[in-house]
Amino acid sequence: MAKEISTRRVVSRFLTYAVLILIGALLIYPFLWLVGSSFKDANHVFTESVIPANPTLSGYIEGWKGTGSVSFATFFLNTAMFAVLRVAATVVSATIVAYGFARFTFPFKKLMLSVLIATLLFPKTVILVPSYIIFTKLNWVDSYKPLIVPSLFAADTYFVYLMIQFFRGLPRDMDEAAEIDGCGSVKRLLLVLLPMVKPAMVTCVLFQFIWTSNDFLDPMIYLSTEIKFPVSIGLKVNMDASTGEIAWTNILAMSVLAILPPLVLFSFCQRYFIEGIATTGMKN
Amino acid sequence: MIGLVFVTPWIFGFLAFKAIPLGMACVLSFEDYNIVSSPFFIGFENYWTAFHMDEFWQSAKVSFLYVLMTVPGKMLFSLFIAYLLSLNVKFIGAFRSVYYIPSLMGSSVAVAILWKFLFMTDGLLNRILGKMGLPLVGWLTGDYTALFVVSLQHVWQFGSTMVVFLAALKNVPQSLKEAARIDGAREWTIFWHVTVPYITPMVFFNLMTNLVTAFQEFNSPYVITGGGPNHATYLMSLMIYQNAFRYLKMGFASALSIMLFLTITTVTVLLFLSSKYWVNYQD
Repeated sequence: MAKEISTRRVVSRFLTYAVLILIGALLIYPFLWLVGSSFKDANHVFTESVIPANPTLSGYIEGWKGTGSVSFATFFLNTAMFAVLRVAATVVSATIVAYGFARFTFPFKKLMLSVLIATLLFPKTVILVPSYIIFTKLNWVDSYKPLIVPSLFAADTYFVYLMIQFFRGLPRDMDEAAEIDGCGSVKRLLLVLLPMVKPAMVTCVLFQFIWTSNDFLDPMIYLSTEIKFPVSIGLKVNMDASTGEIAWTNILAMSVLAILPPLVLFSFCQRYFIEGIATTGMKN
Repeated sequence: MIGLVFVTPWIFGFLAFKAIPLGMACVLSFEDYNIVSSPFFIGFENYWTAFHMDEFWQSAKVSFLYVLMTVPGKMLFSLFIAYLLSLNVKFIGAFRSVYYIPSLMGSSVAVAILWKFLFMTDGLLNRILGKMGLPLVGWLTGDYTALFVVSLQHVWQFGSTMVVFLAALKNVPQSLKEAARIDGAREWTIFWHVTVPYITPMVFFNLMTNLVTAFQEFNSPYVITGGGPNHATYLMSLMIYQNAFRYLKMGFASALSIMLFLTITTVTVLLFLSSKYWVNYQD
């Protein structure tokens, strides 16, 4: 009897791992194939093997030049600049606003908090058209302003919410002691709380960096000069312009480069990502 | 009152980049406007035009089909994986990371391009099928297969839903499950009658967020199929984009946006109202 149970346990254990590994392999295979194929020579791109037969860098060298007049060096620089500015704007504004909500009382605070939480589910697609009209009237089109300025005003509510949750989890005695010592509200945030909320800020930085580098629809709407394009648009434009297998290796190689920074960041900072999702999900 | 100073940026941002644009979308939906000439009030005409357009009903149909395929698919698959991972699996961190990667990168253009290469007629999948002597499938040229590929791409990004479920499953008290086990309940019964009721708040949360994102999906269908073939993957967000930025029909696109907004709001409000019958809040 006891033996029967234990064999059943071993079998079910084995099955669990088998399923987990199989699914994991299936999920990750497209990525491995992408990386492998980016080194294949043009005639062998569409072979299922992950390891290239005659590895070559030609996809990278040719792809980097781009098909139009602009090379991927420009696209990557644009994405880097865009990401840095937007991440900075987001983290600073989210921290300040979250501090206000988490540590002070003021009129209509409850109402504002419910509005904030409701906007977590706000469908951005719905305001695509009016936003475009506003930014056209401001003469901001074909610049990165429409993509960055809203972040200065805590437009990415998800991060405000994440920071509020984090502030709430911190003990109040530290900032209360600082207040008694005559520390003003700005000083309390900068000197007392900021060191403690660093992990949450890192989570915001990481997520916003990746989301910004993946951003596609907004840059496509607002940017029209090729020299200003980020990588996401550069890839799409190059894909549309190219046909045939030689061009495909180039696109694959550039796709690898595009997903590399986020992937590297993720593998080094996994803890922050997983905790970030778990926090916002759990405390709803 | 100092608190108000700190939250002012958000108040301004909310009004300038959410509330006012939403109001503008309402007004624009009753106007004929192409950005160049001045807007012209036309009443409900944009809405009537949409209702008499096959393209509109096609887009509405595929949008609902897309939501109906991806949301339950993603929820069930995430719950299944999270359940397996919650069984004291070793290397849980490594598994969790591998499963999370598609969710992190899935919406990027690079990954959408990769999917196109996997499924196009002379793409990787068909070459493998060909080698095995199986008939080739026009994945992206058939109406239903194209919608299926685009939906599969969305379900593939189940990582963050799964991480939320996993965290919830880890919080289910072992004592409850043990008690049921001693009473002779089978694992399946324990799962449905002890575990699932306990994690309903997270089911609700995941359902809400996934519904809202699925209704708005744009990137992958736009890159993989461009809305085709025969509008088979022409989701509402693609129709809005097309009308606003290709045909410059700002008023018409706004009417579509408002209808999308009302649909999403209705679905989420209904879900919210239903929650008191099936979501258990412990405290």
